Amino acid sequence: MSAPSDGGASRDGYGRALIRLAVNPDIVVLEADLGKSTKSCHFRTEFPDRTFSLGIAEQNMMLVGAGLASSGKIPMASTFAIFTERAFEQIRNGIARPNLKVHICGSHGGIHTGSDGSSAQSIEDLAIYRTLPNMTIIHPADDFSAEELTIQVASLNGPSYTRTIRNKVPRSYTINTSKHLEIGKGSLLKEGNDVAIISCGVMVSKSIEAANILEKEGISSTVIDMHTIKPLDENIIDFWSKKCGCIVTAEDHSIIGGLGSAIAEHNSRTNLVPMEMVGVKDRFGESGESEELFKIMSMSTGDIVKAAKKCIERK
Amino acid sequence: MPFNMDINELEEMALRCRINIIKMIHKAQSGHPGGSLSAIDMIVGLYGTELNINPLEPDWEDRDRFIMSKGHASPAIYSILYELGFIQEADFMSFRSLGSKCQGHVDMKWTEGVDFSAGSLGMGLSFGLGCSFAAKLDNSNRNIWVMVGDGETQEGQLWEAIMAANYHSTDNLKLIVDRNGIQNDDFVSRQMEVGDLRLKIQSFGWEVIEIDGHNMYEISDAIKWANKSNGKPMAIIANTIKGKGISYMENNPSFHGKAPNDKEYNIAMEELS
Repeated sequence: MSAPSDGGASRDGYGRALIRLAVNPDIVVLEADLGKSTKSCHFRTEFPDRTFSLGIAEQNMMLVGAGLASSGKIPMASTFAIFTERAFEQIRNGIARPNLKVHICGSHGGIHTGSDGSSAQSIEDLAIYRTLPNMTIIHPADDFSAEELTIQVASLNGPSYTRTIRNKVPRSYTINTSKHLEIGKGSLLKEGNDVAIISCGVMVSKSIEAANILEKEGISSTVIDMHTIKPLDENIIDFWSKKCGCIVTAEDHSIIGGLGSAIAEHNSRTNLVPMEMVGVKDRFGESGESEELFKIMSMSTGDIVKAAKKCIERK
Repeated sequence: MPFNMDINELEEMALRCRINIIKMIHKAQSGHPGGSLSAIDMIVGLYGTELNINPLEPDWEDRDRFIMSKGHASPAIYSILYELGFIQEADFMSFRSLGSKCQGHVDMKWTEGVDFSAGSLGMGLSFGLGCSFAAKLDNSNRNIWVMVGDGETQEGQLWEAIMAANYHSTDNLKLIVDRNGIQNDDFVSRQMEVGDLRLKIQSFGWEVIEIDGHNMYEISDAIKWANKSNGKPMAIIANTIKGKGISYMENNPSFHGKAPNDKEYNIAMEELS
């Protein structure tokens, strides 16, 4: 299959989903100044009475969400991924522990955020939220999948964290194919026998590109979009790791604690096939264009290709 | 419907609550007597005259809310919930033990009648603000009452919520500060003096009064005052004595989070009888 050339940023899908969710009168939107960036601003324009501006005060916003949820509302709270981390203990004690249906969206996740530099590039959000009981964690690949998964998030029976991305990436889905996505089920984008590439977020389109390059060299790859980091779809991992005999993970996140770690933890308890992880290797980012940064941090399409070959050799 | 108790009934109930606070902490040999005893008169005043709640239907969605942000003073809450029939004696006498309804810090997932999972200071007013937004969206006249400690005002998040409440004109939100002057390690004035809380909260656009938090007449008047809000959030600063009612605990920082031993327990029971 070829990677569709049209681009989409997952934060735009989040913004569109909020408008669609508005038919439910219990949906409310919380902002901490960054609505124009996270794209909750469109909801604010159309539904100002259900939008609460809380200023640059993320800790307060998280507990306001908890209070709303305890009273039967469905709060959708967004800010930059990195600033949700500032309120980690609030999310832990105020939201996850009482299992309140607060849906947090962290935009501008990952190194892909680019020129704003390391302070804005959250590379640990998936890891820290993964440690919280009751949390569902979503990281969509493009705008269409973000739109569909955000619609589904609002029906969850507990809290969630969705990480979206600032910049456009090649789309991995169309409006129609994204409708088949389901929270908690990995999405099979390509079938092959030699290596299973499991990725999330912006690395999904890169994984498809890498699979196409490998195919030209006679290597057949499976590509799975693991848009739900938690709960992890262990069945799809088991099936394809057995079939392919090795796994490459790819994420725009620290390889400590993210998707790669989650799969490695499962792999170590089950099939124990060779694994390679593409991601941020225990360092912070810096300013630069997304693709420049991916190159210097060994997270380019070429690095996924290299990791696949290395992993196949280790079988 | 509120319980509509008179001053005598409130004072008698506060005394029974004090006895049960000491009983449960002594039995558990752990817990926070000082801040429970400073807060109990305000709590009894509020539950006994104002809160529209129903023990037969603790989750009734249009009930008034009481958010206990200083969640370590949980014995005060368990004692009032027992008085009003939300929980049984066996529940609070198993306080802090495995499987008990009465967890170390108040928790909405464990105890009927508890509206907030507390334990980490500075979060309750934000939660209350969310509850007051929901009440407004529902066109409900239910009120949201939040109690914090004075040491707790050192938490920055509290001031985020104080600022946001005024901006959003949440006049259904009522804050009570239990100003007992002592925090975990020592007197507030020695840890980090929080200064003139009345002026500080007023400067954020709130209406504020200051009362004697152990005088049931002043408490009752303050609650009525807080209900007459006109577009502004309302705060009551209740000047209290940590450990109030037990001679050796009063104004004594060492009884912030320490249980009385058997000898101390007997003295306490004599003083409360």
